[in-house]
Amino acid sequence: MADVASSARGDLKLLNITKTYGDFNAVNDLTLTIPEGSFFALLGPSGCGKTTTLRMIAGLEEPTHGTISLGSTEITHTKPYQRPINTVFQNYALFPHLSIFENIAFGLRRRGIKDVDDQVNKALALVELPHLAQRKPTQLSGGQQQRIALARAIVNRPALLLLDEPLGALDLKLRRQMQIELKWIQKEVGLTFVHVTHDQEEAMTMADTIAVMNEGEIEQMGSPAELYDNPKTAFVANFLGQSNLIKGTITGNDGDKLVAEVFGQKISLPKNRSHATDNSIFAGIRPEKFRISRLETATSGNVLSGGKIEDVSYIGVSTQYQVVMPWGQELMVFEQNDDGVAPFSVGESVNISWEPIFTFGLRGDEDAEAGTEVNPDEEPDSE
Amino acid sequence: MRKVSRWFGRNLIRIYAVVAFTYLFIPVAYTFAFSFNDSRKSNLVWQGFTFANWQNPCGAPEVCSALGNSIKIGFLATFFSTILGTMIAFAIGRYNFKGRSTTNLLIFLPMATPEIVLGASLLSLFLVFQINPGFWPTVIAHVLFCVSFVVVTVKARIASLDPRLEQAAMDLYADERETFRRVTLPLVAPGIAAAALLAFSLSFDDFIITNFNSGTMTTFPKFVYTAAARGIPAQANVIGSAMFFLALAIVIIGQVVGRKRKVS
Amino acid sequence: MKKVRTPYLLLLPGMGFLLIFFIIPIFNLAQTSTQTALGGGDTGQYKQTFRFANYVDAFVENREQFARSFVYAIIATALALLIAYPLAYAIAFKGGRLKNVMLVLVVAPFFTSFLLRTIAWKQILGEEGFVVPPLRALGIISQSTTLTSSSIAVVAGMTYNFLPFMTLPLYASIDRIDPRTLEASGDLYANGFTTFRKVTLPLSMPGVVAGTLLTFIPAAGDYVNAAILGSPQTKMLGNVIESRYFRIVDYPTAAALSFTLMAAILILVTIYVRRAGTEELV
Repeated sequence: MADVASSARGDLKLLNITKTYGDFNAVNDLTLTIPEGSFFALLGPSGCGKTTTLRMIAGLEEPTHGTISLGSTEITHTKPYQRPINTVFQNYALFPHLSIFENIAFGLRRRGIKDVDDQVNKALALVELPHLAQRKPTQLSGGQQQRIALARAIVNRPALLLLDEPLGALDLKLRRQMQIELKWIQKEVGLTFVHVTHDQEEAMTMADTIAVMNEGEIEQMGSPAELYDNPKTAFVANFLGQSNLIKGTITGNDGDKLVAEVFGQKISLPKNRSHATDNSIFAGIRPEKFRISRLETATSGNVLSGGKIEDVSYIGVSTQYQVVMPWGQELMVFEQNDDGVAPFSVGESVNISWEPIFTFGLRGDEDAEAGTEVNPDEEPDSE
Repeated sequence: MRKVSRWFGRNLIRIYAVVAFTYLFIPVAYTFAFSFNDSRKSNLVWQGFTFANWQNPCGAPEVCSALGNSIKIGFLATFFSTILGTMIAFAIGRYNFKGRSTTNLLIFLPMATPEIVLGASLLSLFLVFQINPGFWPTVIAHVLFCVSFVVVTVKARIASLDPRLEQAAMDLYADERETFRRVTLPLVAPGIAAAALLAFSLSFDDFIITNFNSGTMTTFPKFVYTAAARGIPAQANVIGSAMFFLALAIVIIGQVVGRKRKVS
Repeated sequence: MKKVRTPYLLLLPGMGFLLIFFIIPIFNLAQTSTQTALGGGDTGQYKQTFRFANYVDAFVENREQFARSFVYAIIATALALLIAYPLAYAIAFKGGRLKNVMLVLVVAPFFTSFLLRTIAWKQILGEEGFVVPPLRALGIISQSTTLTSSSIAVVAGMTYNFLPFMTLPLYASIDRIDPRTLEASGDLYANGFTTFRKVTLPLSMPGVVAGTLLTFIPAAGDYVNAAILGSPQTKMLGNVIESRYFRIVDYPTAAALSFTLMAAILILVTIYVRRAGTEELV
């Protein structure tokens, strides 16, 4: 039982971390700092390397290159049982031959703590399951097991708590509830949480900072709002929520705005929201920023005309429209049903408009389909 | 009438199971019944009901010494084969080393060799070194054929162990030795116990290999075989039936305890 | 998987034991098989002559017993399969909560000594048992037919004694079949028999292969059933080998026969496994 490593505290720094299996790079030159006390999410599709990264932080895998440090202590090659880091595993990994009490007390006992009752009971109270102390894991439901796995990790007050898709096996309602609870617990206890997930809604709900990963690399990192409002790549734009990406050419300047032509129609966007490197560009607009209007209604801002409604889906809170534009592209529009105005119907000719400041610009050479859906040829657990 | 034939058709396989089980138990029932036979010399014809045999199970000469030998050999063979076999199972199941598949094959060979060949070859070896067949050669022979079964049983249990449990233990500050002691071993234990039970039953009931390597020492199966010509004393039936009920009881208790642990 | 010195240390005692008491004896048996007896009445004295003709002699002299061993073993295995398969099926699919109990009941007869059971059959099927007299009285068999001391009894005994070896692997394999695949088959217009032929049977093949191997191999080398339930006309190879060791002391012949038996089994098993196509048996 050591020594310097186990008492390390501070920001977690990953520097040039690479993990190679044969000739496959699961993680490719990753550099990342996770501030102490934050709720950090690693978000990405299956196989993007997020779980591998998590396991390297826990010490269950060793990086091929690069260093990991906690505060001022380097922990790249430290054994997992010497790191002040605990993991909540995807399948909970509760010890089936021990009672719930002993499961939670496990880490405490290994660290030599004799009197565990107090801390274990506090942890059970935190996850609201004090009555299950003497049961065995197989007697608990999925949601209960998940909370015990959390308690087992938290009771050790680690510098870093790692969560590997902990809510994946829960049904929707329970998952939503746990998302709120986890966020609350993190604030209560003040630990640094690193949460790995492929569910972007979950990441946005819970995290202070999100790093979007794709094929072993970080595409973009920032607060949920930053990533959502101003994605830098098509992958982020499509993976986080939904986006309409319209191909165009930059034709000129207008003060702090760029003017672009998309399929014969003119739009503008703020210069500082464009990541285009030459004069080809993808203009990106979130579906809820679009406004649909009938041809005779007055509009302002950017306008695209010539649309025809192809599909209407009423979802209660909102109505989703698919609008076919003259150049064949289908744009997605979400309209909030907040003013009792009768929705549009299929076949109607409409204009689409939006405020220019909501536009984001991506490089013209991006793959507009990146991040839209999981490739059916990809294997699920290929991390 | 239609209803009867339909019931019959649906339950055909259940009926078959009952018939099959009856068939399995006929000789057992016969043995049990004849343990109450009031026979003097030969236990072939029913001569009357008596408890005397059960009250005096060692009444016939040699029965109990044979039984004693079988039990002693059984325990010794179980002890050694379980230890050796478990170690091999861990080596094969946990480590990727050069010669792993050869080792696997080597373990499989004794199971694929007819008992007569195993027994004969061991006897030949003992003869070369001028070791007389007897108690310890028999123990060695039993360990030999039990080891492979132990390896297979324990290996299966190790394979079904979720590796993430050991990772969780290390994540929770247990080093390699503690992880083995507190997580791996307790979870593999049922497999080791099953292997030990299997080894004991194989050893106790063995005849062919024992016959080759026991010389003048008698085990229970050997006693029954040689006594068959002149008539097996009813005491042998008593012991056979008693072993049956004892083993049955152990297994049933094991099941009950296992189920209780799940519920509590 | 870690790559350390530990596996070798773990293997050392067990594999060492196997080396001394299995590998070496087999080699020793091999070298015995090519020896010839020294003349002069002194039994047990041989010298190494590398007489491979021993094998030919042994085989030719005992080809009847050879053939009989394999024929009996094959028949017994086939019968055991026929009897055990529906039983395993019943336990797996109709067992419900009693599954474990039923498995115990399959193995339970084993707890009575195998010899006692075989001798019990001998007495049950014998002159004073409760099978032959009624059959004779009903005229189903003639007054002179006996059921014991016959090849039928030997095969029946073998089938009976190896039944658990066949049932358990079958059960393990059948139990793994997801019942929903059978439902899907019915949903796709297959009747009960077709479902069995096209879905259940193929999925249970690993168990069939394991069970037949676990039954055939010991059966081919068995001699106890033949000794107790048979007659001199039903002698199997095992009986010959045993007598060559203990009655007519002729170690080279016994050794040669043992090897021939082992070789024959290995060849048959290899062909069988190749055709059945399962990889990991152990």
